[in-house]
Amino acid sequence: MTLWILAKVAFALGLGLGLAGFLGWVERKQSAVLQDRVGANRASIFGIRLLGLFHPIADALKMLTKEDFVPRNARRVLHTAAPAISLGFALLCLAAFPYGGAVEFAGKAWSLQPVESPAGLVLVLALLSLGVHGIVMAGYASGSNYGLLGGLRGAAQMISYEVCLASSVAGVAFIYGSLDLQEACLWQGRLLGGWLPAWGIFLQPVGFLLFLTAGAAVTKRTPFDLPEGEAEIVGYHVEYSGMKFGMFLMTDFVESIVISALAVTLFLGGWQIPFVAPAGPWGGAAMVASFTAKLMLVLFFLMQVRWTLPRLRFDQLLDLSWKNILPLSLLNFIATVWGVYFLKGGRLWR
Amino acid sequence: MAVIVRPVSRPSRTFREQIYLWEVWRGLLVTFRHLFVNLSRHARRSVGLAAPEGAVTVQYPEDPAVLGKRARTRHRLLKRGDGSPRCTSCLLCETICPAKCIHITAEDSPDVLVEKRAKTFDIDLGLCVFCGYCVEACPVDAIHMDANEVELSSYSRKDMIWTLPELMGDKKKQ
Repeated sequence: MTLWILAKVAFALGLGLGLAGFLGWVERKQSAVLQDRVGANRASIFGIRLLGLFHPIADALKMLTKEDFVPRNARRVLHTAAPAISLGFALLCLAAFPYGGAVEFAGKAWSLQPVESPAGLVLVLALLSLGVHGIVMAGYASGSNYGLLGGLRGAAQMISYEVCLASSVAGVAFIYGSLDLQEACLWQGRLLGGWLPAWGIFLQPVGFLLFLTAGAAVTKRTPFDLPEGEAEIVGYHVEYSGMKFGMFLMTDFVESIVISALAVTLFLGGWQIPFVAPAGPWGGAAMVASFTAKLMLVLFFLMQVRWTLPRLRFDQLLDLSWKNILPLSLLNFIATVWGVYFLKGGRLWR
Repeated sequence: MAVIVRPVSRPSRTFREQIYLWEVWRGLLVTFRHLFVNLSRHARRSVGLAAPEGAVTVQYPEDPAVLGKRARTRHRLLKRGDGSPRCTSCLLCETICPAKCIHITAEDSPDVLVEKRAKTFDIDLGLCVFCGYCVEACPVDAIHMDANEVELSSYSRKDMIWTLPELMGDKKKQ
């Protein structure tokens, strides 16, 4: 059983890192196609270009062979630890997702969730919050005022939006009656009125919109990429080079994978396939494929938003968080509680 | 004289713009349209169907550069009917050249109607700023900038100097 858990964790890690590399390609190619360009297509192995799919490999090689520079004023230990903390906590989140339900095989039930925790949702949110430490640490340890300001911007933004993130999922968590991510997936297996899958997006459309917005902000993706702001403002990773810088870039991708996986788990039915009850080992593969396909769809949508909207100003960003998303998500939660109360005939608890 | 006051109304946002979501959706419609139209064009072309180009990119070193009809490119010296240069060595182009890249030496022409002709006519394309003043200044329409050639690099400054036969096209530039 330990081996099975290790295999699941390896799968989650592989999925996260593989998708992060793939996302680098998607980001370039998708932006190119929607802007009527061709995009990266030069990297080739033995003359095979394959639509530029080798560019992530070329990028990784470039990052690894670049000089790893530490400025004279930097605090060396923290400077080295910061990217590892950022990336590490983001990758840890991936272990908590249910990539599939329990599968019967050889007389035993095999769960397809690496870490089966009754508080999976809180675990993911907590690990995402810990990622802020990496950002602030990077800014502080760089020994550069620009880096420090970028780190503080990042802290202000991410902490504001984590509040929104948690309150926007409160509604769905209340409906499912559990913080267990597997429970959430199982709950969404039922049908509403016999034809509509009971996915979170149909029960909580407002919550879904608020969650996606807050999620994009927490992962520092454009239009909320003020901590970096590569084009016009200097970010927390100015003093980083080589693979340490590459790790910050990967953190962004892994964090968007985590947010998308959370969106899939809570709002898009997780591994559920509507009107089909998969069973057996092949059913397990179908569950994982369904989860991954939904994950890719959400990532595709987030990428499209990223290439559509211009960046917000910082005060607009905080206004959006504290004056709009937070009150709306709290109202949404209260409305959900009352809705559930009346649907259950005036009884809050079963 | 009375002061004219024109009240200018400040641009104000409607509620639909204020809530931002509708505008985000409109922006997404534009980008999604571009994405899917271009993707279908790429896909149709890749299987050999007739479709417009999916991208406006010119893959320059492999494909030839696309120059505008009025692009100013490398100079060209025009000839008379008998193959001699039209240039009469009036030095107007050399005088007007802001980059001072034209150097002409004159000699007597055997034709009494022409009086002078260019013995040498050098243009240092390493200095040329492609302003086109020489073309405008020429009274006998002897110099054009329409050779449609923009790949003019070389390994030494000396090789950037084009001489009379090379500019007339009688001799190929190495």
